[in-house]
Amino acid sequence: MDAKAIRQMFPILDQEINGHPLVYLDSSATSQKPIPVIEAVDNYYRQNNANVHRGVHTLGSRATDQYEGAREKVRRFINASSTAEVIFTRGTTTAINTVASSFGRANVKAGDEIVITQTEHHSNIIPWQQVAKVTGATLKFIPLQEDGSITLEDARNTITPNTKVVAIAHVSNVLGTIHPIKEIAKIAHDNGAVILVDGAQGAPHMKVDVQDLDCDFYAFSGHKMCAPTGIGVLYGKKQLLEEMEPIEFGGEMIDFVNLYDSTWKELPWKFEGGTPIIAGAVGLGAAIDFLNEIGMDTIHEHEKKLAVYVMERIRTIDGINVYGPENRASLVTFNLDDVHPHDVATALDSYGIAVRAGHHCCQPLMKWLNVAATARASFYMYNTEEDVDQLVDGLLKTKEFFGNVF
Amino acid sequence: MSFNNLDTLYRQVIMDHYKNPRNRGVVNGDSLTVDMNNPTCGDRIQLQLQIEDGMVKDAKFDGEGCSISMSSASMMTQAIKGKRVEDALKMSKIFSNMMLGEEVDSELDLGDIQALQGVSKFPARIKCATLAWKAMEKGVHEE
Repeated sequence: MDAKAIRQMFPILDQEINGHPLVYLDSSATSQKPIPVIEAVDNYYRQNNANVHRGVHTLGSRATDQYEGAREKVRRFINASSTAEVIFTRGTTTAINTVASSFGRANVKAGDEIVITQTEHHSNIIPWQQVAKVTGATLKFIPLQEDGSITLEDARNTITPNTKVVAIAHVSNVLGTIHPIKEIAKIAHDNGAVILVDGAQGAPHMKVDVQDLDCDFYAFSGHKMCAPTGIGVLYGKKQLLEEMEPIEFGGEMIDFVNLYDSTWKELPWKFEGGTPIIAGAVGLGAAIDFLNEIGMDTIHEHEKKLAVYVMERIRTIDGINVYGPENRASLVTFNLDDVHPHDVATALDSYGIAVRAGHHCCQPLMKWLNVAATARASFYMYNTEEDVDQLVDGLLKTKEFFGNVF
Repeated sequence: MSFNNLDTLYRQVIMDHYKNPRNRGVVNGDSLTVDMNNPTCGDRIQLQLQIEDGMVKDAKFDGEGCSISMSSASMMTQAIKGKRVEDALKMSKIFSNMMLGEEVDSELDLGDIQALQGVSKFPARIKCATLAWKAMEKGVHEE
């Protein structure tokens, strides 16, 4: 894979920040957008914009075709068996909340258990806290190993016949841990529970086959995989989605509306109340085409190499603490001794290097790590080993700077 | 194109307050306590104020955060101690104008606080600098 050639497709990367060439290492927060995605959205608004599923006119048909065409692209991308199982949402957060509010509140009862981990993003913790509060269920956590990973044995001991839902990230956004989803799905199913996978950091970086994983729900965001913000996907097994009630009511999602009651459209539209995010879906379709052209396996291999390289290089810095397991997705979370991560991020920014600093929407994990905040550098297919070298160089300069001012 | 020079932000006096915070700890005797945090980054401060006859008799802080938030808290406690409450609030207003990049009113002696002027060039860090002042305003208004 030629990351340098791919980089040319991302116009935003070709600029200087604070007098230095931009080194963008915050793709876990949001990825940059390639020309084909920008052009697809632009073209949609210039040529085809109309509301979907309603208009008899030509533009209405074009917009509907593009919107539903994007759904078919998503279906193939994650190997869902039908487009009925692909619901467009605002993002991962909305997707998880849909399952928690609909499936969770209807199926979880007092005394039941919901199993998650302490490494989850807030958006895969709080919806379940709320379900537990409303239903009287118990929230349980699969214990963490020293490096923040989990073992299948601990998963087996935590998930019981009382467990109704297991909710877990495909990839941790802080530690980079890649969870064994297929195996955990089997444990969940053996106990009669359903499993929801937070795929926000999974789908953008590796091939996802929801049938092979045998997960019941898989949630992900477009903006982390080259698509615009505001579009995401909830995959759900058809039988479960059919049993679930919608959580948003209004236009687009109805079959018949009477004075005192109404009936819902069939899947997937019953979960898409209101005018949907049409341009976002078109952009997501273009992003999927772009990713497929490079190849998800190729992207994954490239990132694996970068992850190994960054771990090797960053460890050479004196006084650095790196969090998470050795075998990881292409992100690295760390702290420099005696320099607060915000100060690290500001210093790196002055050298043109964009990293994230803070709690990364993972306050319970920060507590477990016993830190208030951390810095994180995350990579995508457009990053190169030179970017890693720039990061290491920037960190050495940061250390020197703060060493001198103290 | 703006060029962010680290030296304009991390002035020596800021780093001195960060490394050797003034008024870190708890107030002896009656005081009001304000807890405040910056939910987007995790910085947190606990500020204790002892106010008597409209005067800030003592001010102490504890907390966790970056060099900007902690040095700002240190400088603020130093600046408002012994001042009338309305002057402390006036300083807070001057400080927030300073963060907006406006010229500061020199009627009150801001002392070390002037060193934080460079923060206005780093928009992402303004909230770090204003955390302690927000806590002070909240405490005074509750009182």
